[in-house]
Amino acid sequence: MTEPLLQLSGVHTHIGPYHILHGVDFAVPAGELTMLLGRNGAGKTTTLRTIMGLWQASSGRIRFDGSDITTRSTPDIARAGIAYVPEAMGIFTDLTVRENIVLAARSGPVDKSRLDWILGLFPALKRFWNLPAGNLSGGQKQMLAIARAISEPRRLLLIDEPTKGLAPVMVRSMIEAFRALKASGETILLVEQNFYAASALGDNVVVMDDGRIVHSGTMSDLVADKDMQQRLLGLSLDAHQ
Amino acid sequence: MSDMAAQSSAPAELPRAKTDWLPLLLVPALGLLALPFVGSPSTWVTLTVAGLAMGMMIFLMASGLTLVFGLMDIINFGHGVFISLGAYATLLVLGPLGSWALSDSIGLNLALLGLCILVAMAVTALAGAVFERVIVRPVYGSHLKQILVTMGGLIVTEQLIHAIWGASPIPIPLPQSLRGAFVLGDIVMERYRVIAVVIGLVVFLGMQLILNRTRIGLLIRAGVENPEMVEALGYRIRRLFVSVFIAGSALAGLGGVMWAFYRQTLTAGMGMEVMVLVFIVIIIGGLGSVGGCFVGSILVALVANYVGFIEPKLALISNILVMALVLVWRPQGLFPVARR
Amino acid sequence: MSTSPALPLAFDETRRRGGILTGLLSSDLPRSRALSFILFAIFVLLAATPFLFSGSQPVGTAAKICVFIVLVASYDLLLGYSGIVSFAHTMFYGIGGYGIAIALERISPTWSSVAIGLIAALALSAVLAIAIGLLSLRVRAIFFSMITLAVATAAAVLASQLSEITGGEDGLSFQLPPALRPAFRLFSEPVFGTMINGRLLAYYLVFIVSVIVFLVLLRIVNSPFGRVLQAIRENEFRAEALGYRVVAYRTAASVISALAATIAGALMALWLRYNGPDTTLSFSIMIDILLMVVIGGMGTMYGAVIGAAVFVLAQSYLQVLMGAGSAALAGIPLLPNLIHPDRWLLWLGALFIISVYAFPGGIVGRLRQANPKG
Repeated sequence: MTEPLLQLSGVHTHIGPYHILHGVDFAVPAGELTMLLGRNGAGKTTTLRTIMGLWQASSGRIRFDGSDITTRSTPDIARAGIAYVPEAMGIFTDLTVRENIVLAARSGPVDKSRLDWILGLFPALKRFWNLPAGNLSGGQKQMLAIARAISEPRRLLLIDEPTKGLAPVMVRSMIEAFRALKASGETILLVEQNFYAASALGDNVVVMDDGRIVHSGTMSDLVADKDMQQRLLGLSLDAHQ
Repeated sequence: MSDMAAQSSAPAELPRAKTDWLPLLLVPALGLLALPFVGSPSTWVTLTVAGLAMGMMIFLMASGLTLVFGLMDIINFGHGVFISLGAYATLLVLGPLGSWALSDSIGLNLALLGLCILVAMAVTALAGAVFERVIVRPVYGSHLKQILVTMGGLIVTEQLIHAIWGASPIPIPLPQSLRGAFVLGDIVMERYRVIAVVIGLVVFLGMQLILNRTRIGLLIRAGVENPEMVEALGYRIRRLFVSVFIAGSALAGLGGVMWAFYRQTLTAGMGMEVMVLVFIVIIIGGLGSVGGCFVGSILVALVANYVGFIEPKLALISNILVMALVLVWRPQGLFPVARR
Repeated sequence: MSTSPALPLAFDETRRRGGILTGLLSSDLPRSRALSFILFAIFVLLAATPFLFSGSQPVGTAAKICVFIVLVASYDLLLGYSGIVSFAHTMFYGIGGYGIAIALERISPTWSSVAIGLIAALALSAVLAIAIGLLSLRVRAIFFSMITLAVATAAAVLASQLSEITGGEDGLSFQLPPALRPAFRLFSEPVFGTMINGRLLAYYLVFIVSVIVFLVLLRIVNSPFGRVLQAIRENEFRAEALGYRVVAYRTAASVISALAATIAGALMALWLRYNGPDTTLSFSIMIDILLMVVIGGMGTMYGAVIGAAVFVLAQSYLQVLMGAGSAALAGIPLLPNLIHPDRWLLWLGALFIISVYAFPGGIVGRLRQANPKG
């Protein structure tokens, strides 16, 4: 068995006086989409921020692509090939849509065919190309945040709740975009509260509660097992539809 | 997000970029308002040019400070010392080349001014690098300590200026051909003020070009808004910050040179004296905003000049009043910088 | 240490824990043997200066120390206990000075003028402190420092320009009430070899009022109000979440601090029989206050006593030492300039920076660490 692209083992994170992560272990296999589920406050966002180095793990190991990134700085982790889309999206509202994307492509001008592919995924962005990103609506900002993350090929995408607060029609087009990303071979770790969206996309699923991993397995197993859904997530697929 | 559905069904109208014109209109509005109080149009022009010149100098001194705050949430109360240091650095040039100031040749005069500016900027850039490393870096994250320690840096550096150049005020000559005034009919504009306006405008346009057209400029603008995201995109914001700190110090040095030739006297406290105006300007403009800083500088300087002419005793009070009014109108300043 | 004179102030703690001294100090004891000794020594020296030293300079130095203890302690209430950096403290100090000076000069050199001047000054300070608080609390916390700096500078400029009222750059000299004039004699014979004249009474007026104001400030920081201020300083959001109205507490702290500074200014004017922009309003005094509070020890109150004493003594005597050093190094480039007597502020500035980095508790903090419990 080959080593997974990302591997967390026994990760603890403290924020100020609060102990948030209590020994998180899970793996993200290359080329697959892994969903990170769990209720509010379970520690999903903290997990992503710890991987990104925005909060420092107080103990445990994070390995990425064969090397230890636990104590590296955020820019170094990004340079190792991880792109991060925070829950608040982190759009630079004062910059235009174009400038947001240009900035994300560290190595120089964005490849033309790649740009066409991205704008194919998110056609709305084309119309706002030279306008300050602050003018975008919430859903469009989310598209821009993801477009920015994939402006150059990356090894791993960390995406925090991309469907939060979006209208159903936007959720559907977001799911389409993730399908396309998956098809192009990207490795994605996606935090989701929306189980409908999650079940439509995930290869693997990791469920967190209270700063710990309480379940990991394949998405198809979880979708098939209503009892497990009820137990782990306190909701069912039907209830959410 | 109900607007979302509407947009996907019918092609929504293209939203226009919202430019905030209101604060920009304040400047001409202020000028027009002052005209009847000043009375004579020619005096008004003279006052306006003087105000613009002063505004440009304040802008040079303030722009670096506001960016440093925006990028790293650091407020440098010792910034004024770079102004003084830049002013004193002219002595390094005026010492050996003082005769150039007395020459009638415009070329030599301008070369002297240029050399003073270059040397002063080099000196203050170096001082900025040292200041950042020794004074500012150990106290990231604590505003209280920042204010205290940068004040300490101010005290020590002012004292060092005294130790090196002496404590008494030093007169410096304005180069020959920069003295006097341009006279157009009954309008009188002092030459040096016109030059100050030109230099200020060139620097402002240069900054705008860098901020809007270069990658480093994009990074600065992005960093002011959300430094964490800039890091998550793989850029080392520390390096960016240090460069901006150094550039801001050099600009303060440039402002110091302009200010020094304007006053034609050097004192170690001259930087701290203008700092009051600088603080008012960056508060009015919105901390972190270069455009706000520019508008704020002109506004403050014009008010100071008009009021100084109409009722001299109220000049500084008038600026406090302007600040209070702006804050009541927009508590975050004219151009609030969106943050996280 | 029961030798210390008891002031007629009764606190419940006095009864509960016993010890008048503990009560006077609001149960906030020095907590270090060395510190207790130094504080006691400063107290005794200040109390006895007119009898211990001859000539007017030592008494002048002692009066200055007393006034600065009040001024610095009131600033510590803001900086150390509330975590607010204000640059307008000298403005309130100046208002106190001008209140006394204007009343005594324009009305009459009587006690009722002193009262009128002081009350008017206190009222003006309170109004300004509230206004600044409300204006700058609408905006980000860091604005407070910048706004106070701007307002204080404007006040200084205003004071020097409104010369019909304030005497402008020259300031105002005035007569004191008869009992405080040098010619006044309380007894016809000297006591312990010292004539009890009006000058001496003026000194004890300064001394006693300073002691009272200091003890009141100590009382305030150790009251529930003071504890809330510290809670806000430690974690503004938590204090807010616990239901404390942060804005109101901070404004109240600035008002109390401003009032105490006003009293200090009034005392200084009474002592000097003069008030002008340079004695109370200048920015360099603001810097002196910062140096004193940080070097003495922020958030300790006793730091104000130590800081003021060390600073005022350094101002007078460090210069002598540096003069000698500078003369000894004559001939070497730059070095004599660095230890020139006029450069004493350079070294205090460096000490100040080191204090902020390395010993945030200042001298008091160091003493408590090195020599705990007295």
